[in-house]
Amino acid sequence: MEKDTTTKLYTFLIYSENVPGLLSQITAVFTRRQVNIESLNVCASSTPGAHKYTVTAICDERMARILTAQVEKRIEVLQAHFYTDDELFINETALFKLSTPVMLKNPDVGRMIRFHNARIIEVNNTYAVVEITGITNDILSLFDALKTLGCVLQFVRSGRICITKSRVEHLDEYLAVREAKKLSQEKK
Amino acid sequence: MEKVTGAEALMRALEHEGVDVLFGYPGGSIMPTYDALYDHKKTLNHILVRHEQGAVHAAQGYARVSGKVGCAIVTSGPGATNTVTGIADAMIDSTPMVVICGQVGVAMLGTDAFQEVDVVGVTSPISKWSYQIRRAEDVAWAVARAFYIAKSGRPGPVVLDFAKNAQTGMVNYEPATVDFIRSYDPEPDVKMTDIERAAKMINNSVKPFVLVGQGVELGHAQEELRTFVEKADLPCGTTFLGLSAIPSDHPLNMGILGMHGNLGPNVMTNQCDLLIAIGMRFDDRVTGNLATYAKQAKIIHFDIDQAEFNKNVPVDLAVLGNCKETIAEVTKLVDQTKHTAWIDGFKPYAEKEYEKVIDKALHPKDGPLLMGEVIRKVSEATNNEGIMVTDVGQNQLMACRYFKFTKKRSVVTSGGLGTMGFGLPAAIGATFGAPDRTVCLFVGDGGLQMTIQELGTIMEQGAPVKIILLNNNFLGNVRQWQEMFFSRRYSFTPMLNPNYELIAQGYGIPAKTVTERADLDASIAEMLATPGPYLLQCAIKEEDNVLPMTPPGANIDEMLLEV
Repeated sequence: MEKDTTTKLYTFLIYSENVPGLLSQITAVFTRRQVNIESLNVCASSTPGAHKYTVTAICDERMARILTAQVEKRIEVLQAHFYTDDELFINETALFKLSTPVMLKNPDVGRMIRFHNARIIEVNNTYAVVEITGITNDILSLFDALKTLGCVLQFVRSGRICITKSRVEHLDEYLAVREAKKLSQEKK
Repeated sequence: MEKVTGAEALMRALEHEGVDVLFGYPGGSIMPTYDALYDHKKTLNHILVRHEQGAVHAAQGYARVSGKVGCAIVTSGPGATNTVTGIADAMIDSTPMVVICGQVGVAMLGTDAFQEVDVVGVTSPISKWSYQIRRAEDVAWAVARAFYIAKSGRPGPVVLDFAKNAQTGMVNYEPATVDFIRSYDPEPDVKMTDIERAAKMINNSVKPFVLVGQGVELGHAQEELRTFVEKADLPCGTTFLGLSAIPSDHPLNMGILGMHGNLGPNVMTNQCDLLIAIGMRFDDRVTGNLATYAKQAKIIHFDIDQAEFNKNVPVDLAVLGNCKETIAEVTKLVDQTKHTAWIDGFKPYAEKEYEKVIDKALHPKDGPLLMGEVIRKVSEATNNEGIMVTDVGQNQLMACRYFKFTKKRSVVTSGGLGTMGFGLPAAIGATFGAPDRTVCLFVGDGGLQMTIQELGTIMEQGAPVKIILLNNNFLGNVRQWQEMFFSRRYSFTPMLNPNYELIAQGYGIPAKTVTERADLDASIAEMLATPGPYLLQCAIKEEDNVLPMTPPGANIDEMLLEV
C-alpha cells in the first residue's frame, strides 16, 4: 500500500439507516483517534430510509482509510467513503446579521455584498440579513470584508454539503447487492 | 393469541435462541424479568453470581469454550455499569455475548431517576451493538437481532437496555428470527481472485510463516488450518487467543508470538519472505516495534473484519471472509511441498530458548516452586486435554507458555483488555460451557482478590473449577517491569495476603497449600481426583520473571532471554 502521510482536508460521505444514536457512534470513531471534525451535516438522503452524513476532517490518507473502515463497521452504517475536494461538487451556506445604520453610512458594505454575489433577504431599520452560498473561501472572504467594515452583528456558516463527481452511485450499487443477497438467502 | 408481558416475551425469545444458561444478578429495574424467569427455571438455568462483573466474565468463559453466545442479565444503574469491564473485554477479544440490563421506565428516562444511567451511551463505543428496548412489542425482534449480531461475522458483545415498562407491557408474542440486516454483511462473499493471488504468493514463497489467531477458533476452521499448513508445509506461530487452534505438539507449530512468546517465531517473523496472518489483528503485544516488523516480507492477511486490514500493519494482500471458507479455498490451490530447510532454521532458536529459559522454568533442582513447573505438571495431569483459564499477569503469561493443548477451544484468557479479576468468574462460566472437561484456572494472588466473591457462586453451584493459585506475595508482572524498567523501585507491588485456605474453607471449598517440590505431583493428583471445586495454593518464588521478553516498543526479534 502506498503511503501518503501529508495531511489534508478529507470529506467523508457516510450513509446509514435512520436510527437514533448513530451520530454519537460516528463522531466517537473520529475523536477516539484524535481527529477533530471540522464540519458536519446530517440529513435524509435521496434513498428512502437512508441518512447521509457529510463530515470533514484533516488527517492523512492512512487515517482516512481507517476512519472510513471503522465507521462502516458500525452495524447500522450502510456505506462510508472518503474524498478529496477535486472529487466533489461542494457548497456551503452562510448567514450574516448586519447593522442597518452602519450599512446606510458606508456604501462599501453594499458593494461587498454585491461583489460576493450574496443576497439581502431581510432589512429593517435595526439590522439586515444577508445570505451567501459558495465554498469556504468565498464565504470567509465576505466575512473578513464585512468584519473590517464593522457591521457584523452575527455570523453563521453551515457545514459543507457535497455531491460526488463520480458516475458511480456506490450506495445504489451496495443496496442492489444486498437486496440480491437477501433474496438468495430467502430462497435457501 | 394470549398476551404476555414483555418480560415473559424475553424468556420465550431467549429459549427460541437456544439459551440454556444465564449468569445474572437481580435488582429493582429488572424485577419483572426475574419474576418471569421464576417460571422458566427448568429451561433457563440462571446462575446467581456475587457481583455483576462476575456475570459478564462468566458469560465470556461460557462462550469461549462452547462457541455459543454467552448471556448475562443484570439490573439498571450500578448493575449495568458493573458489566462495563466485561463488555469491553468481550469487544476486544471478539467474544459473542448478550448482556441484558434493566432500565427505568421510558417516562423516567433522562430524569436522573433512581438507578438510571445512560447505558446505551456508555456501552455503544465498547460493544458491537447497543439497543434500548422501550416497548414490549420490540422484545422478540430485538433479542433475535441481538443474538444474530453477537454471533455472526466477527463476534462481539451486544447490550440490550430493557426499560421497565417494556418488561411489564403486554404483547402478542411471536418468535422472531433475524438472519439479514441490510447495513451489515457478516458473511462477505469470497473473492476468488484474492484466493488465487494468495495461493500464488504462497507457492512462490521460500520462507513462509503463518500467524494463527483466534479467528481460526471463532470461524471453526481448526481442521481447515491444519490441512492447509500440512499440505504446503507451513510453519506457524500462534497468538495467546489462538493457542488451541492447532495442537501444541504439532510439528509445524513453532510456538507463541509476541512479547512473552517463543524466540523462534519472533525471530523468524523478521526473516520470513511471506507472512500469512489468519484471524489475528497485529496487536502491539504481538508485533513490538511496527517500524521494523516483518519489513522484509510480503504479508497476506485473512480476516472476516474488513476494518482490520491495514489498521496496524500494511499488507500486500487482504483476503476478506470466514477463514473456514477462505483457507479451504486457498488449500485447494497451494502446492503440496516441503520447506524443510526453512523449518529446520527454527530449531536453533528453540534449543537456545530451552537451554536458557524453558529447562530452568520446568526442571529446577532446588529453591522455591516455579510457576512454569506447576503449570506444566497440571497440564500433563489432565493429559493436556484440560481447559486453561487464566487471570492476568505473570500467571497468564506463564500458563500460556507452559500449558499444552490437544483440543480446540481450550483457552480462556483476557488477551486484549488484560482484565485482572477475569479468571475466577470466567472459569465458572467455562464449567457450564464445557461440563465434560477439566477446567484449570491459573490465577495470582492479586487477580484472585479482584473477584474473590465468586467463590460464593462456586460454592452454590458446586462448579468444578480447579483453582491453582500461584501465590508470590507480589503483583508479579508489575513488579517484574519495576525490576527491569524502574530500577527495582517496588512501588505498591508487595502485598500482604490473607489465609486463602481459610477463605476457601469458609466457602466449603477443599483447599491445600503446597510449598515443597516433592509434594507437587501428589497435590495436583489430589486436586484433580477431588470431585467439584478445589483450591491449590502454590507458594512460588517471589521475585521470578517471565522470560523471554521483548521490552515494550522494542523490535520483536530482540528478545531478552535473561534479565
